Amino acid sequence: MDKKIEISEIGKFLTDGMTISIGGFLGCGNAHNIIDEILKTDVKDLTLVATDTFFEGEGVGKLITNRRVSKLMASHIGTNKDTQQQVNDGFIEVELVPQGTLAERLRSAAAGLGGVLTRTGLGTLVQEGKDVVTVDGKEFILEKPIHIDLAILKAHKSDKAGNLLYKGATRNFNVPMAGAAKITIAEVEEIVENGELDPSFVHTPFVYINHIIKA
Amino acid sequence: MVAKEIIAQRVAKEFKNGDFINLGIGLPTLVANYIPEEVKIVLHSENGFAGLWDKAEEHNIDKDVIDAGGTHVKLQDGGVFFDSATSFEIIRGGHIDITVLGALEVDSSGSLASWNIPGKYVPGMGGSMDLVSGVKKVIVAMQHTAKGLPKILEQCTLPLTGKSVISMIITELGVFEYINEKLHLTELIGDTSLEQIKELTPATYTVALRN
Repeated sequence: MDKKIEISEIGKFLTDGMTISIGGFLGCGNAHNIIDEILKTDVKDLTLVATDTFFEGEGVGKLITNRRVSKLMASHIGTNKDTQQQVNDGFIEVELVPQGTLAERLRSAAAGLGGVLTRTGLGTLVQEGKDVVTVDGKEFILEKPIHIDLAILKAHKSDKAGNLLYKGATRNFNVPMAGAAKITIAEVEEIVENGELDPSFVHTPFVYINHIIKA
Repeated sequence: MVAKEIIAQRVAKEFKNGDFINLGIGLPTLVANYIPEEVKIVLHSENGFAGLWDKAEEHNIDKDVIDAGGTHVKLQDGGVFFDSATSFEIIRGGHIDITVLGALEVDSSGSLASWNIPGKYVPGMGGSMDLVSGVKKVIVAMQHTAKGLPKILEQCTLPLTGKSVISMIITELGVFEYINEKLHLTELIGDTSLEQIKELTPATYTVALRN
């Protein structure tokens, strides 16, 4: 099992109009090198799923600044002026999703669930157009899974099989996005031989990972 | 003391030994500076850890460890990192005792608006909708007015973060609590008078001072 590919190969996984998810939280845990490599291609019209769009021209925010994104699903876009501008101009269509709901919708795609029931967003704009289900007398919103075409993760360490370890607070959305996508590619700082990682202490199992890139 | 410090200091008095707490961005973050030495709490950071301790020293910065506001921080011994699904299980599953959040508007029924000024600025809700739907006690920490205009209204005019979710409001002038889902003024701060509160608070409330 050797899933290593070169970063220059990223272009062959990209198509205009695809749904791409990028792990990270305010840049922490963004796959910065893969994002730069994506910008070397001319891919456009992406649907981007990410919890935030960081700052303009930084990390995942570069995809916005370079106008590669036409649809966005995120929980917070207040830190990126370009996102605000492009949403106001109508260039980007945005769906704001509560952060926990975003994590659960990704997780339910990964787990093959039909969605999740949550009280988050009841009585707010988030509830609009969604089914409300009553369980034991309590109301819940039915939130459907988010299926991804290509998930881009960032890990600290992996073996060649793609068992991933994250460092610090970078785990965030990298974990729930793994498995929610048809293809999942991880940028990894250090890749070791199979057998060198203790299988008892792995954060994301190789099962969810198609390719790893050392960067 | 400026208003924000008065508010932060008063919020800190709500914390008890052993509480597991999430502080929102901005004013709520200031509360950490006023927690008495003898009160030992644990802080949750929505981006994926428990045991938030302090800002990292300049020479000790780990690029992989930030809090939800993007500040480089460090964890206390015994702290732990987790992913966002786990972080929000903790939030939504009722495992956090107190959250302190800012607000644009609050109202007499305990509703909160904090994420969307239509046509002006729509930053998004981040984790706030999750926090108000899952945390046991929701404290709103905010200045009593914004540019002289009241923020404690009869009914919120902005899109809601949560409907009837607030437990307590703390401003630089006083403390309000929701008792049996009704708004009560329970404390005056400093030399604030009842008349002053009345003038700046359009919401219907009952005066039930504890001090």
